[in-house]
Amino acid sequence: MNSLAQPKKWEQLFWPVLASVLFLALWHYSVAWTATKVVPSPLAVEKGVAELVRKGLLWRYIGDSLRRVALGFGAAAALGIPLGLTLGWYPAANQVVNPVLQILRPISPIAWIPVAIILFGVGDITADFLIFLGAFFPIVVACVSGVSNVPSVFRRAGRNFGLTPPQLLAKVVFPAALPQIIIGLRIALGIAWLVMVAAEMIAVDSGLGYLVIDARNSGKRYDLVVAAMLLIGVIGLALDLCFRKLRDIPSVRWGFRHET
Amino acid sequence: MVSAAGQPKLSAQHITMTFQRDGNSTAVLDNVELEVGQGEFLCIVGPSGCGKSTLLSTMAGFLSPTSGEVRIDGEPVNGPDPRRIFVFQERGVFPWLTVEGNIDFGLFALSRQERRQRVAHYIKMVGLEGFEKAYPAELSGGMKQRVEVARALAVNPDMLFLDEPFGALDSITRLIMRGELLRIWEAERNTIIFVTHDIDEAVQLGDRVAVMSDRPAKIQQIVNIDIPHPRDLSAPRYLELRDGILKQIGLAHKV
Repeated sequence: MNSLAQPKKWEQLFWPVLASVLFLALWHYSVAWTATKVVPSPLAVEKGVAELVRKGLLWRYIGDSLRRVALGFGAAAALGIPLGLTLGWYPAANQVVNPVLQILRPISPIAWIPVAIILFGVGDITADFLIFLGAFFPIVVACVSGVSNVPSVFRRAGRNFGLTPPQLLAKVVFPAALPQIIIGLRIALGIAWLVMVAAEMIAVDSGLGYLVIDARNSGKRYDLVVAAMLLIGVIGLALDLCFRKLRDIPSVRWGFRHET
Repeated sequence: MVSAAGQPKLSAQHITMTFQRDGNSTAVLDNVELEVGQGEFLCIVGPSGCGKSTLLSTMAGFLSPTSGEVRIDGEPVNGPDPRRIFVFQERGVFPWLTVEGNIDFGLFALSRQERRQRVAHYIKMVGLEGFEKAYPAELSGGMKQRVEVARALAVNPDMLFLDEPFGALDSITRLIMRGELLRIWEAERNTIIFVTHDIDEAVQLGDRVAVMSDRPAKIQQIVNIDIPHPRDLSAPRYLELRDGILKQIGLAHKV
């Protein structure tokens, strides 16, 4: 296949489907040939999912996980974007706050679990808070660097047409930084989805993360563990694909021209 | 070139500019004196890195000189002003706005109807009909440059500062753009200060050409280009003026 030629429509679909089928076959026969009791076969996982549907747990758990991620990620964006824009706009403020941010940023949200439980108890708020922490820092960092990377030509042009500083921020700096902010949001959503699993394992008794730990603890149901893992993977991919669609908005498309 | 009132449009007096960097100070402009008349097309040429752009940014109010003063219409310049627009190479076009959105950018103080009229007028003037809804990424370099010129003209400025506006264009597009700029200038009669490192370009366009020396830069000489437009680029007078400037800069015109 010529690497420059656009792959044909059927090829775009055919090869990934073939790879998935081969993966399932490999999985199935590996389990069958090794006669393992620990790892479930794809069929057992499928039955497990059907059982979750019958018990009415599947949609409830998916809904709970999505709600927590939406709350944590939403709060992170609502606070992180204004903070990041402000810090990018006032380099002096950034110099003051940056050391604190840089120390907090590498701390895994999982390390916050004990503190979060002391602050908010065991429950939904703790889970939301941990997800928030995971998403907050990448958003702030993306906004700061987005604003400080706005070419000075754009700022100059804005000032030349008589814009006041707030107008300059709204009409020039924000739209110029938006592609980078979107990249930051997308990374943050991926992290939020990862943190959700850990948060639900310790803080709550519903959701896909809870399903993983509960299925193992109550009767070593590895079929349900793997079912939950696959669901987390598939939904995570779907969320990311939705976010990628934002790149097609005309006023930000320019910022993604060099990506494929 | 002094207007009827006897006052130049722009006068730069004793402009000196020194940049401090890592403890070293670099003198960029050394006591530059310049007067530009109302409606004049002045070109500034000089060796690359000599401080032409610094001088232009100072006159436009983006930089304050270390000493000296720029006056426009008799008033000291303290910052950029929508009455005089700085045109960058096409890099100044906003990629998040359409052609229409870019040209409309400076018109926020006007009524909706007035805005629509002006946008349509200048899109037509720069020959971008049919591209109103296109984004800059879909345009060629020459088209982007025209968007930027139209955006500047739309606010009806009495001065334009152009910093090597055609420097990034291929030579054919550059020739076409020079013609278009002259056509627009003859219609609008703004005062234009045009910085370029291309001596041919300066002699083709300007009423006068100011030649700058190496750093720290002074105005070495101001040459009157006494050839009416349209200029014949092989006429003896044109070649004589061009060669005079080449010699002034210290370049032989043989390769």
